[in-house]
Amino acid sequence: MTDHSNAYDGLLEHHDVAGDSSQWAFGTDFEDPLAGVDTTVPDDVDPAALATYCLMLGDDALVMSHRLGEWCSRAPDLEEDIALANTALDLLGQARLLLARAAAADPSVVPVLPEGSPVPAEDALAFFRGPGDFRNVRLVEVPNGDFAHTVARLLLFATVRLALLTRLAGSRDPVLSAIAVKGVKELTYHRDYAGRWFLTLAKGTEESRRRLLAALEDVWPLHPEMLATHPVEAAVAALGVGVDPAEVRDEVDAVLEQVLTASDVERPERGALAGVRGRTGRHGLHTEALSRLLAEMQVVAREHPLGQW
Amino acid sequence: MVRAAAIAAEVRDPEMPMLTLADLGVLRDVRQRGRTVVVTITPTYSGCPAMATMRDDLVHRLADAGYDARVEVALTPAWSSDWITERGRQALRDHGLSAPGPAPSRTGPIPLSLLPTARAVTCPRCGSVRTDLTSEYGATACKALYRCADCLEPFEHVKEI
Ligand SMILES: [Zn+2]
Repeated sequence: MTDHSNAYDGLLEHHDVAGDSSQWAFGTDFEDPLAGVDTTVPDDVDPAALATYCLMLGDDALVMSHRLGEWCSRAPDLEEDIALANTALDLLGQARLLLARAAAADPSVVPVLPEGSPVPAEDALAFFRGPGDFRNVRLVEVPNGDFAHTVARLLLFATVRLALLTRLAGSRDPVLSAIAVKGVKELTYHRDYAGRWFLTLAKGTEESRRRLLAALEDVWPLHPEMLATHPVEAAVAALGVGVDPAEVRDEVDAVLEQVLTASDVERPERGALAGVRGRTGRHGLHTEALSRLLAEMQVVAREHPLGQW
Repeated sequence: MVRAAAIAAEVRDPEMPMLTLADLGVLRDVRQRGRTVVVTITPTYSGCPAMATMRDDLVHRLADAGYDARVEVALTPAWSSDWITERGRQALRDHGLSAPGPAPSRTGPIPLSLLPTARAVTCPRCGSVRTDLTSEYGATACKALYRCADCLEPFEHVKEI
């Protein structure tokens, strides 16, 4: 009935059928998440710009996924543990597809690994780039803080990303469009989850409200970066391939207003976290938190770039 | 080819083994390309960790029957819980799971929902309609957790997506 009555059968069969099917030890094992998908870049689109744009969206998802994954076994209760892990998994899936799309559009973005390395392109991008090559917004990289911080950040993140992907579904790049259509379904659940917890904490006890308000003050200045337009975003948006984040500002504002009003919480007044000489996360400028996050996420892979099993 | 398609259709989902890949709606196409059978599947969720097992199971089953098979991915159209067949829904109920209702149809901006998702969920054990949502997330991305107010048993509901 079942295909693997014990774990060893599966491993052995695998070798019998496919010959040498050993694979890199640390990645997921579906060789190419875009196997069979036509990744031809539309004629008038600059492959390098498309790849960079995919890295921006992919790195946002990857780093947010890692932060949410840090809650595993530490959430306030089992249901929240599972919810955060599922959310992390959805985002990891989006990241994988987007990094694979970046690599397919412009292979030169993929770090060069030692001869014979079995590391697939999207894993090379995740594990072998330094912080200066990551294009994620700083919102996703700062440490988790308490549960209220995680809820407030996830609300801001999912609200902006859902608005972006809803429009990206109309992309002229069929791969980006497909990734977006799927992501929209997932992010709808993520945003509802964060919005409901935001309301619950705001209307809960004095302590939960105090923590939520402090969390919102902290993360609020980080979210305008997701709504600022980088030249690459402007370029791909002009070609109908990407989305200019400025376009979704009103929509994001309306959703946040709905949550704040229902929660009886005032909109924070603090402005956007400044960049350095105009550079922000989208340009590869990050806080120290990203270096520490990547050090932990990448250390095993970097020790064993040839590791197989 | 008819036989290859039939073999592929009977391969089961590793996470919900009461369902075949065909009943789950992730098996999109089986066709001959030269000497190779190309099977196309689509992920339920972007991060679905079962994709690799599905691919391996398809390749092995077809190899057992003498076919050289390859598995490809179709990202579009995106999987919907509406694609679970009637036979699949019955199999879910027979195994104590609640089948999804109609997936929401979406055009334009998606409204935020601050209240728990309203679903008419029937307890798969006793048939009671007095059921309460425990969590929107379950052991896999595709399931929510419920509890029956009559027989008091917890059960899983396959989410609408
Ligand atoms: Zn019952």
